[in-house]
Amino acid sequence: MSILINKSTKVVVQGITGRDGSFHAEQMKKYGTNVVGGVTPGKGGTTVAGIPVFNSVSEAVKKTKANTSVIYVPPAFAVDAIYEAVDAGVKLVICITEGLPANDMMKVYDYIKGKDVRLVGPNCPGLISVDQCKVGIMPGSIVKKGSVGVVSRSGTLTYEAIWALTSAGIGQTTCIGIGGDQIIGTNFIDVLGMFEADPATKAVVMIGEIGGTDEEEAAKFVKKNMTKPVVGFIAGRTAPPGKRMGHAGAIISGGTGTAEDKVAALEKAGIPVAASPTMIPAMIKEKMAAAKKGKKAEKKSPAKGAKAKKAKKPAKKAAAKKPSAKKTKKSGKAGSKKK
Amino acid sequence: MKVHEYQAKTIFEKAGIPVPPGGVAETVADAVALAEQYARPVMVKSQVHVGGRGKAGGVKYAENVEAARVWAQKILGMDIKGLTVKKVLVTEAVDIVSESYVGIVIDRASKKPVIMVSPAGGIDIEEVAAKTPEKIMKYAVNPTHGLRGFEAWQLAAFLYRDPKQIRQAADIIQKLYGIYWAVDASLVEINPLITTPDGKVVAIDAKLNIDDNGLYRQREIAGMRDLDSEDASEVEAREADLSFVNLTGHIGCIVNGAGLAMATMDLVKHYGGDPANFLDIGGSSNPQKVLTAMRIILRDKNVRSILINIFGGITRCDDVANGIVMAYEELKPEIPIVVRLTGTNEDKAKQILKKVNLESADTLDNVVKKAIKLAEVVV
Repeated sequence: MSILINKSTKVVVQGITGRDGSFHAEQMKKYGTNVVGGVTPGKGGTTVAGIPVFNSVSEAVKKTKANTSVIYVPPAFAVDAIYEAVDAGVKLVICITEGLPANDMMKVYDYIKGKDVRLVGPNCPGLISVDQCKVGIMPGSIVKKGSVGVVSRSGTLTYEAIWALTSAGIGQTTCIGIGGDQIIGTNFIDVLGMFEADPATKAVVMIGEIGGTDEEEAAKFVKKNMTKPVVGFIAGRTAPPGKRMGHAGAIISGGTGTAEDKVAALEKAGIPVAASPTMIPAMIKEKMAAAKKGKKAEKKSPAKGAKAKKAKKPAKKAAAKKPSAKKTKKSGKAGSKKK
Repeated sequence: MKVHEYQAKTIFEKAGIPVPPGGVAETVADAVALAEQYARPVMVKSQVHVGGRGKAGGVKYAENVEAARVWAQKILGMDIKGLTVKKVLVTEAVDIVSESYVGIVIDRASKKPVIMVSPAGGIDIEEVAAKTPEKIMKYAVNPTHGLRGFEAWQLAAFLYRDPKQIRQAADIIQKLYGIYWAVDASLVEINPLITTPDGKVVAIDAKLNIDDNGLYRQREIAGMRDLDSEDASEVEAREADLSFVNLTGHIGCIVNGAGLAMATMDLVKHYGGDPANFLDIGGSSNPQKVLTAMRIILRDKNVRSILINIFGGITRCDDVANGIVMAYEELKPEIPIVVRLTGTNEDKAKQILKKVNLESADTLDNVVKKAIKLAEVVV
């Protein structure tokens, strides 16, 4: 299992004839993603890497039954591309493009609110449901099948964390980058809710950074709604206030959005925060072991019947996972074939 | 991007928001000429991109032309929080009865533009929010249909009792909201918005920040960028399409990706070092970018070692390696450099790097520790 994308996901690539679009369309296809079509206005009828190109998303959806769109078009046209995808009726829109004006994004968000569609990004690396489907630009070679969900506001930092997990023999269900902008379609709490509901996900790694209060909201959400263990990382402890740290959304302004606040909020909610991405695997192992123990204890005690119900399934699956966890140790040296 | 007060006031004026007459001067003579032209008391205001100009002595009241000369002399060339004042705004002084605050910012949580008003103007709005939050009214505007007349009126009515002043303020708020959208602002602020003894509502200060992502369609605004008031290295980095922020430490950092760049800096601190900068070379790994990055960092005399941390996804490690070799041969750095390249084309990269004699490390933690150690040796 996984969240948002899986084997039945049918992807249309907006901007498929561009440099990034064509490269990643091929990479996605290689990973096993069902890329059913591409869109570049005026280039309909051609193909890219064997993928048929259409003039519009609605045409592509009509002819291919695509349910997901991924956007690689340049920033000046990307806002329009999101509207086009939404109007064409896809259920999931992933905008990889960086540099969309925040004010435009506020209008986009207002437009999609209440509609049966989810936007991920913009300015994000996309997502991978391991061994099923990859949409976006994440390197498929660093992930490994397992039971940890990863959600992050970053790109390469996410790869670093995923690679640390994989190297330690800890596999993932879905890894998702939600984007480094101020206004994004999907926030931490949306993804955390999905991971909580996904039976295959047993624990979650959440990678935040300075700027905004999303991590604080997520901490509250975890405390209130999640039974699965969460481990955190916050980037930007050394960032000076008032300076944009690469990402449009990574800025401490008016005293809010500091790393200290976020770390404190997470820790207060019982989420341990790693000092280095490389420390995440050990923390996840510890948390998962503790959760397993706790649940076994709960199962034995009939007094906690309500909670034990939830615990039943995870306990069983965790046991089934063991062999795969061992197997990954061998693949620890797979670094050389990373993409 | 930040816009100076005098530039923002021009935009305000064009939109019909009342501001006192004023002009910008780069020399004392020009400032005096402006004061003579207005023939009444003026304010001499330093134009630098930093808060707290008044407290730093960069905003002064001049009773007459002679006083204006004295203040212009003092303020031009003055250092305010590390920035040299190169321009002053000379503007007619107005009598103030009351001071309010009006601001519009992006609210990330509601994903809407939020208008904030407060009758406690003239001081930092964060201070008001912390001490007397009841004196602030916040309103999230629906970005699609925009600010309606009655909404602007209600905000204005939080500031004033007099219907005439409410009407003037509502009109100003409405126009300010129009500016916010027209120029792709991320923040627009009037602090203070004042009332005069004859009942007029006037904006005597103006702050305007523009969303960098909107600059591609804001030619006029983009032309207002004052390169003099920015860190020279940051300007050079931006022109080379690098994200760079100057810091005070002595370990130079070159990283791909903003999140990883921050995490690398944090780790330098965690292991007892002090990062000299934030630098993200971005996704596409043009060797030229690495060269520029290295040149910028080497110019910083505080830097005692450089760490290069690349996690190749889209970025190809061999491209970065070529950039490193190019930079090494061209710049001949005298300080130690330690490199960690992992991911796409890592093996090719290692072959390329054999051409130069550099330290290397295999993991994130190790590259950081090594860079710190090498920085100590240099001392």
